[in-house]
Amino acid sequence: MMTSDHTGGAQAAGAAPYLQIKGLWKAFGDFLALKDINLDIEAGEFICFLGPSGCGKTTLLRAVAGLDPQTRGNIRQAGVDISSLPPSRRDYGIVFQSYALFPNLTVARNIAFGLENTGRPKAEIKARVAELLNLVGLPEQADKYPAQLSGGQQQRIALARAIAIKPGLLLLDEPLSALDAKVRVHLRHEIKGLQRKLGVTTIMVTHDQEEALSMADRIVVMNHGTVEQIGTPTQIYRHPATLFVADFIGETNKVASVFKGSRVALGNLSLSTAATGFAEGDAVTIAVRPEDVVPHSTAVMGEGGLNMLPVTITDMEFLGSFWRSHLRSPVLGDTPLIANFSINAVRRLDMKPGTDLVAELPAERVLVFPRGA
Amino acid sequence: MTDLSLPAGPAIKLKLDRDGAIKRLFMGIIALYLVVALALPLYTMLSKSFVTYSFELDRYEFQVSDEAGVFGDPVTAAALNQQLGVFTADDLRSNSDGRLTATDFFPDFSFRSPVKYRLRGTTANAPYLVGLDLQNTTEWREYDSNTFRRINLRPVTSVGPQNYVEYFSNPTLFSSIENSVFIAAVSTVLTVVFAFGFAYALNRSCMRFKGFFRLVAMMPILVPSLLPGIALIYLFGNQGMLKSLLMGQSIYGPLGIVIGSVFFTFPHAMIIITTALSIADQRQYEAAESLRASKWRTFWTVTIPGARYGLISAAFVTFTLVITDFGLPKVIGGQYNVLAIDIYKQVIGQQNFEMGAVVSVILLIPAVLAFYVDRQVQKKQVSLLSARSVPYQPRPNRRFDALCLGWCALMAVFIVGIIAICQYAALIKFWPYDLSLSLNNYAFDKMDGGGWAAYWNSIKLAGLTAVFGTVIVFTGAYMVEKIDGFKTGRGIFQFLAMLPMAVPGMVLGLAYIFFFNNPANPLHVIYGTMTILVVSTVTHFYTVGHLTALTALKQIDAEFEPVASSLRQPFYRLFTRVTVPVCLPAILDISIYMFVNAMTTVSAVVFIYSTHTALASVAVLNMDDAGDIAPAAAMGMMIFYTNAGARLLHLFASRRILGRTQAWRLR
Ligand SMILES: Nc1ncnc2c1ncn2[C@@H]1O[C@H](COP(=O)(O)OP(=O)(O)OP(=O)(O)O)[C@@H](O)[C@H]1O
Ligand SMILES: [Mg+2]
Repeated sequence: MMTSDHTGGAQAAGAAPYLQIKGLWKAFGDFLALKDINLDIEAGEFICFLGPSGCGKTTLLRAVAGLDPQTRGNIRQAGVDISSLPPSRRDYGIVFQSYALFPNLTVARNIAFGLENTGRPKAEIKARVAELLNLVGLPEQADKYPAQLSGGQQQRIALARAIAIKPGLLLLDEPLSALDAKVRVHLRHEIKGLQRKLGVTTIMVTHDQEEALSMADRIVVMNHGTVEQIGTPTQIYRHPATLFVADFIGETNKVASVFKGSRVALGNLSLSTAATGFAEGDAVTIAVRPEDVVPHSTAVMGEGGLNMLPVTITDMEFLGSFWRSHLRSPVLGDTPLIANFSINAVRRLDMKPGTDLVAELPAERVLVFPRGA
Repeated sequence: MTDLSLPAGPAIKLKLDRDGAIKRLFMGIIALYLVVALALPLYTMLSKSFVTYSFELDRYEFQVSDEAGVFGDPVTAAALNQQLGVFTADDLRSNSDGRLTATDFFPDFSFRSPVKYRLRGTTANAPYLVGLDLQNTTEWREYDSNTFRRINLRPVTSVGPQNYVEYFSNPTLFSSIENSVFIAAVSTVLTVVFAFGFAYALNRSCMRFKGFFRLVAMMPILVPSLLPGIALIYLFGNQGMLKSLLMGQSIYGPLGIVIGSVFFTFPHAMIIITTALSIADQRQYEAAESLRASKWRTFWTVTIPGARYGLISAAFVTFTLVITDFGLPKVIGGQYNVLAIDIYKQVIGQQNFEMGAVVSVILLIPAVLAFYVDRQVQKKQVSLLSARSVPYQPRPNRRFDALCLGWCALMAVFIVGIIAICQYAALIKFWPYDLSLSLNNYAFDKMDGGGWAAYWNSIKLAGLTAVFGTVIVFTGAYMVEKIDGFKTGRGIFQFLAMLPMAVPGMVLGLAYIFFFNNPANPLHVIYGTMTILVVSTVTHFYTVGHLTALTALKQIDAEFEPVASSLRQPFYRLFTRVTVPVCLPAILDISIYMFVNAMTTVSAVVFIYSTHTALASVAVLNMDDAGDIAPAAAMGMMIFYTNAGARLLHLFASRRILGRTQAWRLR
């Protein structure tokens, strides 16, 4: 049996990653559900697989677990090639969306399931179960049956059962998706906190970007069976590698354009951008996030600053911490520009529908992607 | 996006772990059981149906000496027979035990004469017996007349469709097909209509006593199919109480078979149709109402189409039950021949097993067809079910409810009446002369048929079948449902598990004779024992149990196995700690099903019981055959009490076990 590493944290430089996925493919008949996946995960990392429904997240997770083996490719865990090991000989704990709690066993027996039958003395098992129940914050529920618990409680019991045997790797397949929004947000913190405390390397599948952004150390964004981008939440958000990522994570305004002399054309305007690697005349799509739009009063127009757009507010929506504003600009024609303005800015510039403004699209925030790949 | 394609190379296969190996092993064992208990016997029977035995007279040559010992010219048996005409072509057709006495070719044979005989085969295959000694030679052999009288020619086998040709050219045998189809068709129409009315009343009316009617409708399942035959004899037989009602018609024959068939197939059809009706969608009826469709029109455009799969399925199941049933025509069929009776007569009466096999193969056709249709329909119905949502809620309607109550009451009188008549018959001293009550008819030990020992044997058979059947069926279903990968193996297993449903009991029984009553087969030892009865009964009722188990297993979370293996627990720990407890209701259902059917079945065991494994259901048949109708009724009622008791026990046990071990189901 593999030893589990609970020390957590980043590995010493040069050491092999804890989990290594190389050239992984999965075919269901003719359909390729995973295409050439390559991924390294360091010990103690919290990784999220994020992507739209049907992109292959679960398939990848099940390949790691050995439940649905990959068609091609290798997986190494803690230096051991586990590519063709059956699930029972791999080292992981798993929590499914359905929790899969054994309905006829009490909470305590559910958690003890993996501890019994291993030669541990009864007292030790009991103590460990109590410890785990404490850890997940449900010390009182030991003798209840799963059906007597709420969804969130069941979730935590499933988690306790999975970590009871101190697995080297924790796999979570949409663990929160069956819960209502409030419980979900609460549990995010709990799971994250628990993971940090145990330092167990964790992979969580989700299609909820907020969940991924708030919990993951690194996010693996997937689409159509391929990895679009791997990076920390801020990298993914601030520097999306592809238009798909930009579009899928957060919101963006998108406009078709052409690359010209290290600038991009926008109507009769041209915007400067930090983007490189494009040739003259390349068809591109520009993307700007709503919160990156900086409002100025019309007074600045005369200053002829860079990336300034004359706009008119057509609609405003108060979303608690900011105002979502729909802007129109002669430069953009019919395409509205969505911008999130802080309450301060709205007050300062006295914005309301009909107000004319100048919207600045800062050069380093203007994302450029090749069009129609 | 760039086009990517799968790199060449072998697909990754996971190493087999211990769990996987054990599961495959278990599945293999149970598959092997099904092969030995089902596939091989059927195959043997099928091949036997193509084997014919005949005496080939031109293969034997005789020479006879005069009294001085001087031999005359050789002459073939065929030539002798032509001269003498002792054997007709019919006589020359034979079976595996056939013997033809050589002296029959010599009318003036005397065993004291000094005349000597010589005999040889003209071809290599010309077997004959000298006493018990088998000879097969083209050399001349000489025998004195005293030895010659112990010489018997033996038939040779040939393979081909002759049996079938003969069957279809025999008008009496052929007419059984017509009879069988006729009986089955009429019974099917009646049963489906009656059962539909009943199920409709239960589902769509607000009448009272629904629970009681449901219970009554299930009663026929608890008795052997031939029991209604006995009741009908008491009612309408030669000395029947209501004979005059028939206005000269005889109950012995199609009439009796049809009435009895309606009785014993009623619950089967009712269950299927009830299921079909209960998936109706309230919204369709509301739509029909808003379109101001008349009740009558709604019935034909919404109700009937909605229940069509159930009706088709019920019709096929009923048809098969009737056409493959043997007990009822035996008891009340009189001279009316049907296929199932033919098999019995060929096998038990004439010991012509090959012809029995031919009839069996013919009987397989409707059964296999019904099985196929039923499977298709079940699939369709499942998809119908998942698409539906709002269940139909009947609204009170006094006239309609009264009508429904009337109909159900009528059917209940019919069902309870039949059983009550049997009970009455069992308790009466001597119908119709001495109507005083007594328990004399229960003194089975005084009659032929097996006595009380037969009853206890039945209990033993039912108990063993329930225990072993449930274990085998549930384990098999678990393995095939929860094994990873291994598609081909699972496919084969599923096929084997579904096959028993397509095989009528008598056909299975006959196949067992061919397969197990063969000294060359090492399994021959179980022939004539309780074991073979248990094997045959478990196999015969395998499919329904398998489907029940699969349904229950599919309802439990498919993720239990992955969780258990990630916790590094062997699957059998999960199986015993979680799967079995969770599926306990289904397991109990399978065991009561096996028990009840083992008590009542005749067809699956009638060919393979032996004198010391006589069974209650067979005793009913044999006592009736011997004219002891009242004791037959009494034994039938014993089966009824036992099954009713078993059901009650089952109910009680389920409640208790559910209460104790399944507290988790309740909040
Ligand atoms: N057993 C299977 N046979 C055939 N195709 C499958 C099978 N399992 C998954 N797929 C296909 O593979 C693709 C990826 O499925 P997967 O379950 O990994 O998606 P997912 O990213 O987890 O989606 P979701 O967010 O909806 O759970 C889908 O198109 C799915 O239809
Ligand atoms: Mg998924």
